[in-house]
Amino acid sequence: MTLVRRRFLEALALMPAVLLAAPARAGALPLSFDELYSGVSPLGLIFSDKLKEARGKSVVMQGFMAPPLKAEAKFFVLTQQPMALCPFCSSDADWPDNIVVVYLNYPQTFVQSNAPIRVTGLLEVGSWRDPETGFLSLVRLVGASFRTV
Amino acid sequence: MKSLCASVFLIPCLVAPASAATIFPLDRATILAGSPFDVKVEFDGLVKAGDAKVTIDGKPADSVLGKPLAFIEKEDGTEASALLARAVTLGAPGRHTITATAGSDTKTVTWEVYATPAKAEARNVIFFLGDGLSVAHRTAARLMSRGMTEGKADGRLAMDDLDHMAFIGTSSTGSIATDSANTMSAYMTGHKTAVNALGVYVDRTKDSMDDPRVETMAEAVRRTTKKAVGVVVTSELEDATPAAVFAHTRKRAEKAAIADMIMALKPDVLLGGGSAYFLPQAVPGSKRKDDKDLIQDARAAGYTVATTSTELKAAGPGPLLGLFHTGNMDVALDRMQLKKGTVAKFPDQPGLVDMTQAALDRLSQNKDGFFLMVEASSIDKMSHPLDWERAVFDTIEFDQAIGLARKFQAEHPDTLIVVTGDHTHGVSIVGTIDDDKPGPDMREKVGTYAAAGFPNYTHTNGSPYPDRVDVSRRLALFATNYPDYYETFRPKMDGPFVPAIQNENKQYVANEAYKTVPGAVFREGNIPRDEDTAVHAVDDVVLQAAGPGAGEFKGYMEESDVFRVLADAMALAPAAK
Repeated sequence: MTLVRRRFLEALALMPAVLLAAPARAGALPLSFDELYSGVSPLGLIFSDKLKEARGKSVVMQGFMAPPLKAEAKFFVLTQQPMALCPFCSSDADWPDNIVVVYLNYPQTFVQSNAPIRVTGLLEVGSWRDPETGFLSLVRLVGASFRTV
Repeated sequence: MKSLCASVFLIPCLVAPASAATIFPLDRATILAGSPFDVKVEFDGLVKAGDAKVTIDGKPADSVLGKPLAFIEKEDGTEASALLARAVTLGAPGRHTITATAGSDTKTVTWEVYATPAKAEARNVIFFLGDGLSVAHRTAARLMSRGMTEGKADGRLAMDDLDHMAFIGTSSTGSIATDSANTMSAYMTGHKTAVNALGVYVDRTKDSMDDPRVETMAEAVRRTTKKAVGVVVTSELEDATPAAVFAHTRKRAEKAAIADMIMALKPDVLLGGGSAYFLPQAVPGSKRKDDKDLIQDARAAGYTVATTSTELKAAGPGPLLGLFHTGNMDVALDRMQLKKGTVAKFPDQPGLVDMTQAALDRLSQNKDGFFLMVEASSIDKMSHPLDWERAVFDTIEFDQAIGLARKFQAEHPDTLIVVTGDHTHGVSIVGTIDDDKPGPDMREKVGTYAAAGFPNYTHTNGSPYPDRVDVSRRLALFATNYPDYYETFRPKMDGPFVPAIQNENKQYVANEAYKTVPGAVFREGNIPRDEDTAVHAVDDVVLQAAGPGAGEFKGYMEESDVFRVLADAMALAPAAK
């Protein structure tokens, strides 16, 4: 029963991604998490030249979808490693510092694929606070779509 | 019940007398004489200003406390009244009876106010906190670090030679179970509180910064002595344990506010991770939501700021702020051997031993002595995800730092050393795992009873750390509780273990990344599906201590009782002559 429901949800979630992915992916520049910052220190992170040059362009990144605040959401957090947030060791603010926030074209139901996903979208760089949630991000993929790898 | 009263039966509540009030500090509170604390009475319903009265030992509270309790007719978000006085003090030692009355209903609690000896027995206090430190961590550290022959340990841990001991009860005010905020808060204030709370009792209002406060250790030391104050951790400096030395909030997640509260007390030495909350929001990597630049402020206040091990070694005299990571620092196994986690990004992080040495060098310059808190933060952070090798490696590092402090104590015998955990984990050693046992089934390779034998860790040049953790016959540690996960029976050489991840129903499911590890088996969880990792255990903690004042540790004690021993040793409330 659970499996059937889950497969159905997976299919549902993947449908728009597959439909939208094709045009966006054409010529999308591959970007890895390790390429986001040229310098990392306790005094802050330094955006890499590759990141700055890719600003405003279509890029494709691979990572893991972190559990969103609610099941149906227009944005989610892409992380380098799978995340398990512990409510008593962490808070919602305790993301790794190299996350990428992904804004989808329209809200989608979150499905834990328990596997890496590939996200394509236009790259935005710079501090920005989501007016709805207050979530602060530095690197974003907007107008994005995703699919499981 | 309260919410029913507030919403559905609003009108009856208005006319009915309040049934039972809550008084903060709670019944049986123990209070350091002269320490400031907030008094709050929460009535269950609305009462009239003239009807609400509080007495202390039969006298009006206002006259005893020297200031009036303000009447709050209707508290935010409630249909109930309250009385509140901030930062009052009680100087007279002894038992005090506090009675709150509204109409015909009364609530009575007793508080014990205690003074300390006039003269401090200990000039210095070093408080070692192994987060989550359980008996299995100690035993595993001894076996992995020192080895064993014919049933006798081949060497002792530094903590094995601390000569006084107590069993410590860790429960919170709202539950037998507990977290690192309320537990360390009890050690550092002498008052128990609720899960997630630091330096406050937990009231009913939503505001996480308005709860009734009690004095923290750093505040008490600053108020009553000229001792230096230092904190050394491997977590973020705003994490629950270091925060509890300084801060007041109902929510440990208020990390930006906690960083502000820590720096307001101007600690002499502060070493750890968590720089993200020191950076203004405009700096990439900041987790603040304002423009405060605590690093710049610290420099302006005369602090030397170190961000690497090299800078720590080179730091000149004066107050020292070491921020070695934006988040939690990497664990010893990754820093020293595997280079996993975030070691590639932060390659020059100091370890707990180097940080403890730097703190002792600096704090011992103060002629009036010091209070130093050292936390091995990641014993807990690696026990939650069942990453036992990383948790044990950090326990060995913790013990090395204790060994360093014991050497300091030998030269400075007026130093009290306390070693304890804040809560336990459900973990035990059941034997060994022997890869050379026949067959592919890892379960059959678990050696129990006589078949366990002894592990075959090796140590080059007498190092306390094994050369490698993935030896062929290693310690078999298992948890009493877990989410769904894949048990691999092997150390996690590719990075810290993430046993479960959240699905679309907010339930944690086994992380498939480990499904294909040879021999991995699915283990169905035995705790609620919204728990991401293993939870804290309610078992007692073992506290050990040595030095002046250590004799007060004995039998069973509450975490809040430990504060009193520290206060006595440092004479934080010398009895009036």
